[in-house]
Amino acid sequence: MSAKIVTITSGKGGVGKTTAIASLGIALASRGQKVVCVDGDIGLRNLDVIMGLENRIVYDIVDIVEGRCRLRQAMIRDKRLPGLFLIPAAQTRDKMAVSPSDMMRLGDDLREEVDWVLIDSPAGIERGFKNAIAPADRVLVLTNPEISAVRDADRVIGILEAEEKGSPSLILNRVNHEMVKKQEMLSPEDVLDLLAIDLIGIVPEDKSVLIAANQGAPIALDKESRAGQAFRNIAARMMGDDVPYMDLEEQGGLWKRISKLTGRN
Amino acid sequence: MSFFDRISGKKKSAQNAKERLQLVLTHDRTDMTPAVLEALKDELIEVISRHIEIDPDAVNIDVARAGREQRLIADIPLKAKTRQRGR
Repeated sequence: MSAKIVTITSGKGGVGKTTAIASLGIALASRGQKVVCVDGDIGLRNLDVIMGLENRIVYDIVDIVEGRCRLRQAMIRDKRLPGLFLIPAAQTRDKMAVSPSDMMRLGDDLREEVDWVLIDSPAGIERGFKNAIAPADRVLVLTNPEISAVRDADRVIGILEAEEKGSPSLILNRVNHEMVKKQEMLSPEDVLDLLAIDLIGIVPEDKSVLIAANQGAPIALDKESRAGQAFRNIAARMMGDDVPYMDLEEQGGLWKRISKLTGRN
Repeated sequence: MSFFDRISGKKKSAQNAKERLQLVLTHDRTDMTPAVLEALKDELIEVISRHIEIDPDAVNIDVARAGREQRLIADIPLKAKTRQRGR
């Protein structure tokens, strides 16, 4: 195997990187791909709880890098999908415990094990971010339609260009269609015009994301959730499928879907 | 947006966010502040005026965005020469 290494980063914290990584991992593994999600946020580990695997951790990324365990020992198998794994961050160390060249080596070793390596970058543009992008074949920049998140995303895109990481693709997360319609929120067109990079997905704001996090079941597992569908679409695009962008207007409610089928609106 | 906002001509907040971001991103990407732009304009006018006649008030210098590229655009109208005809 020779995995593709994809890093999600954002500059600003709290915009949904971890949620995105967990859901893309689930969505790719559901399509029969072998996937490992790597938590790059050393000291502030969170991907384990979002994936619901926090009780299974024995070894972490620093244990691999420092040679206390073999690679496969630190790959925690997901309880739902056989092809999905997590390499957790260390909680009691800091970002300096791992270097960009450690990450390159880890990436190369993981390439032999799986089809996809998804790396969750910490917020910021310091060591943790540098670690996360070092082995990446492709970088996805995730942002919200918020003025501070867009500004930070632009900064990150500038750094990626300067480091010759190639042009990243954009995931626009938490779009509230009602607010966009009222012109109270930057529209996807506005954000794309400002950041001027390729789009790979638009994820609507969806309350069920928090509920899914509460339960440790990534939102892509929820067939009813619009955000879950958006992440499944992004995974399909990562695999090269040509998936149309979903209609943000359309609501997920049963009644609306029935009225749509019967032509009543 | 309320009816009162609309009749008072208050801008929709998304438009405001976009305009503010356009300015801030240009600055973040280039280190080009309004003060730098102003200084540049004054010096350009000085240099050009040494060679040809221009109207300083008509000179316009701005940063234009094209994708992720920033471009310094200088618009410097030349004064029409009053031609000396015949000999």
